[in-house]
Formats: sequence, structure tokens, C-alpha cells
Amino acid sequence: MIQGRVVYVLWRREIIKYFRARSRIAGAIGMPAFMLIFQGMGFRRVEFPGLPESIGYFQYLVPGIIGMTLLFTAAYAGMSVIMDKQFGFLKEVMVTPASRVSIVLGMISGSATTSLIQALIIMMMSVLLGFRLPFLPAILSSVVIMVLISMIFINIGLILSSVLKDFHGFSTVINFIAFPLFLLSGALFPVSNLPAPIKFLSYFDPLTYGVDALRGVLIGHCEFSIVLDVCILLTLSVLMVCASAYFFRRAEIV
Amino acid sequence: MSAIIVKELTKKFGEFTAVDSVSFSVEPGELFGLLGPNGAGKTTILNMLTTLLLPTAGGAEITGYDLRRNPGEVRNNIGIIFQDPSLDIGLTGRENLEFHAMMYSIGSDERKKRIREVLDVVGLVDKADILVENYSGGMKRRLEIARGLIHYPKVLFLDEPTLGLDAQTRRSIWDHIRNLNKNYGTSVILTTHYMEEADYLCDRIAIIDHGKIIALDTPSGLKNCLRGDCVSLTIEGRVELIAAALGEKEWVREIVPNGKTLDVILLDYGKNIPSIFQTAGNLGIGISSINFSKPSLEDVFIRLTGSIIREQEGSRQSARRDRMRRRMLR
Repeated sequence: MIQGRVVYVLWRREIIKYFRARSRIAGAIGMPAFMLIFQGMGFRRVEFPGLPESIGYFQYLVPGIIGMTLLFTAAYAGMSVIMDKQFGFLKEVMVTPASRVSIVLGMISGSATTSLIQALIIMMMSVLLGFRLPFLPAILSSVVIMVLISMIFINIGLILSSVLKDFHGFSTVINFIAFPLFLLSGALFPVSNLPAPIKFLSYFDPLTYGVDALRGVLIGHCEFSIVLDVCILLTLSVLMVCASAYFFRRAEIV
Repeated sequence: MSAIIVKELTKKFGEFTAVDSVSFSVEPGELFGLLGPNGAGKTTILNMLTTLLLPTAGGAEITGYDLRRNPGEVRNNIGIIFQDPSLDIGLTGRENLEFHAMMYSIGSDERKKRIREVLDVVGLVDKADILVENYSGGMKRRLEIARGLIHYPKVLFLDEPTLGLDAQTRRSIWDHIRNLNKNYGTSVILTTHYMEEADYLCDRIAIIDHGKIIALDTPSGLKNCLRGDCVSLTIEGRVELIAAALGEKEWVREIVPNGKTLDVILLDYGKNIPSIFQTAGNLGIGISSINFSKPSLEDVFIRLTGSIIREQEGSRQSARRDRMRRRMLR
């Protein structure tokens, strides 16, 4: 049973706290911004095999960095659940009659919104650095894809947070998961340049399809097809939402 | 109908039995205390009764709803104030209350009304719009109490409500608890390891040690289970003479001579002390000083468990004192 009011209040709490923690915004944007500036500007003139000349490396990199922003901010959403656990606030949430599904959906929608804000900030920044934006319909479809990407990784973070108890454990595990996903996804270079076994692994990385779909709509270049990408992303995000609802139902809070 | 009926509630963590077949019931509007040392199992009982932990065996009904079969309805009818803080310090006091009210699906107009009302009850109206991270410990506790009241729970659980607060704040929190119990008719169950708190607040007290209830009665009933009041006399003259004379009175329970002093355990010292002086006067024996004490819950506790209550802060302090003393002796 989904209670709209519960989802809304959890979402609103996340948004209020996001805009109060300005340092958190700056910190989360710093890393992708540096990548954009140094990696993007530094390799600006390099020609990659498998990359059409008309596109150029910077155009190619921007969707990848947007994907990276989504991956890291979304995966770290579980951290706020760990914080709530440690500050005792999660107990207060779980002792209310709100349904567990609504609680999970509330957490997801809040984090999805904040990850989306971060990704859009990075997108605007890249425009300042010379990224050529497509027309509005393409931008709007990229937003839909961004939401799907963040859904998948938020739920990875949420599931982890329902099992783990402390900050250190969480950030170690999430880095261990997020970094390979990032590097495998082709966010920085075309996957086709990787040796066959590693390339094979990249097909199991959800972000591969996410970044590919973003490139498809933002710069009109993709390796698979946008339809396939979106189907995979959609299926995965639905599955992941169900999985974290399941994990939260059986989580012991105290 | 009882507010709470607990039947043979048991919780095991692996081999360790934290709560061992505990049974009791609480009437509507009652202020019920679970008194025991740290680690006696009080919080575990509360966590089970508030659906946060599943019992290993046994069960409970809260306002008529079974814990296992109907946890949603149980949650709807209870409020809990946890031992550890459970506020979102990144939100203001009002936002914390709004959040809670919305989780209980209270509509917007009703919500505003109730928030005003509970803020007033705990005296935080003028502090409602500052961030909770700037609150003092006592203010946080009061906000948590306000939050626990906002959905008008029939049963309110308080886990160590005044732990770590100064005496003045403790008093004011006690008054809040009493008032809400009186004004809303809320049944209150509180755990504590402070004797005065249980004595001052509770209609009935269950003393818990090692996961079991070892006594359950009103505070005065518990104290009456001791033999009576104790009067210590310092005697000038022949101690055995007056001891023999007092031993014949029917209100004297026990006489313990101890050198020049005499401990007399008796019923109703207020009425019988004049009679002690009279007896001494008749024998020509002087009493140079007199000391008397009513039994406290602490005495009851020591008597029942054979140990003083294990209070962490106290022991840490006394350990520090001991260390200081040793250093000074060196």
C-alpha cells in the first residue's frame, strides 16, 4: 500500500536538508567538475579510435561525467540512511504506521531528485566549458534517462544500508562497487577499446547502458540502441525498487 | 479492557536470554514503571512492545491488538520516546513535528492545531523554528515528548525519559509526564533506573533484574514489604535494659544493638517515637541522639536483588575518585 503523504514528507525532508547543506552540494560536484575540466580539456584534441571525428572528445565525455555524477551521488544516498540509523531517526520512522513500501519510495524519490539536481548542475557547467546542447525534447528525454540511472544506484545504496550499520563499512563497500562500475561503463572512453574479457564484463554494468542512452539523446551517438538501453534501465530500476522494499521490510532496526 | 497485556514475553539473542517470560498488564490511564539496572532487559521489552523487535516467544496485546498479527494497528495506537535521541537535528523543531504528524497521516489543518498544542504543552513555542542541532539536551527531550503526543497515542512508552538531564530539567519533565497522563488519560509505561523517578511518577512499578520481574506493586506496597521504618538511638546508660523493654512492644519488629547505639525497626515511627522516649525515661536511661529513616525504593531494591543498582555514571565517577585518592596517597 502506497501512502502519498508519507512519500511526500520523506521527499520534502531530503530536499530541505539538501538545500541546507551547501557544503555537501559543493563537495559532491567538485569531483565531476574536476574531471570535466582537466580530463575534458586535457584530452580535447586527442582522437580516439571508435569515435566519429565530428563529435570530439569533450562532447563524448560530458554524458559520461553526467552518468558518473548520478552513480556516485545516488549510491551515496544510502549514507543518509546510515546516518539516520546512527542518529536514531530511522527508529522513529519505522515505529510510525507508515507502510514500509511508502518509506522506501519516499527515500528513493528524495535521493533521485537531489542526484538529478547535481547532474543538471554538471550539465550546465559543461555548457560553460563549450558543450553543445541539443534541442529541448532531447534534453527532457535525457532527464528521464537520468532518473532511471539514479533509481538503480540509489537502491544499491539502500539495500547496502539496510544490511550495514556504520559509515566506514558503507563507504568502503560502496567505493568498491562504484569505482569498477564507473570505469567499466565507458564513461571516459569507448568500451570497444577494452580487451575482450573486460569488455564482456562491461555488459553487466547498468551504467554502460545509462551512459550509452545519455550519449544517444545528448550527442546523437550510441553503441547499442536507445530503445534497448532504456528497456534495460527500466527493467533494472523496477527490479531494484522491489528488492530494496523487500530488504527494508525484513531489516531489524534496533 | 487493559491498555497492555503482556504474556510470557521472551527474547533471546543467541544463547543470551535478555527477557525471560515476563508477564504483566497495564490499565488504561495508568502510569506504569519498569525499574531495573542497566542491562536488565527494560529496553528490549519496550522494543518488542513497540514492534521494533520480534519476540522469541510469548506475546502481548496493546489496546486490544496483537503484536504479531496486527503490528500496523499497534503502531497507530502507541507513541514512543526512545532512550537515545531520535530527532533529525538538521530540521527545526516544527519541521520534526510536521514530519511526524504527516507520517501518521494527520491532515493539514488538524496538524497545525496539534503542533501548536503540543509545543505549548512542553513550552517550546518560541524555539520551534530554530534548528534542533542548536537545542539543549532538555529542549531536545521536551521536543521528543511533544512529538510522542502529536498523534494522541493511547499508550505512550518512555525509555529512560530523564537520562543524563540535570535535576531541574528532570523535575519539569516529570511534571510534563504527569500532566499528559492526567489531561489526556494516556497510559504511560516508562523504564528507568532512577529510584526517585519511579517512586515519584508511577502508580505501579515492576522491578526487573536479569530479564525477569522480581516484584510488582505500588511504590508504597513495595516499601511495605520491608519490615518497617528504622530508628537508630544513641544510648547513655545500659543498652541491654532498654533493648529488653522495647522488645516487649508489639509495634517493634526487630532490635539490633550495636555498641552504644541501638537500631530499632518498627512500624509507624511517627506515632511510636514518643513512646520510646517514655520507656527510656521510666528506666532512667538517656537518649543522646536519634536518627530515623523511611525505607526507600533503593532499600527495597537492595533487599530484592542483593545488590545496589548498577549505575554507570556513578561507578565511573567513583572510579575517578578512587584514582585521585590513590594518587594523593602516593
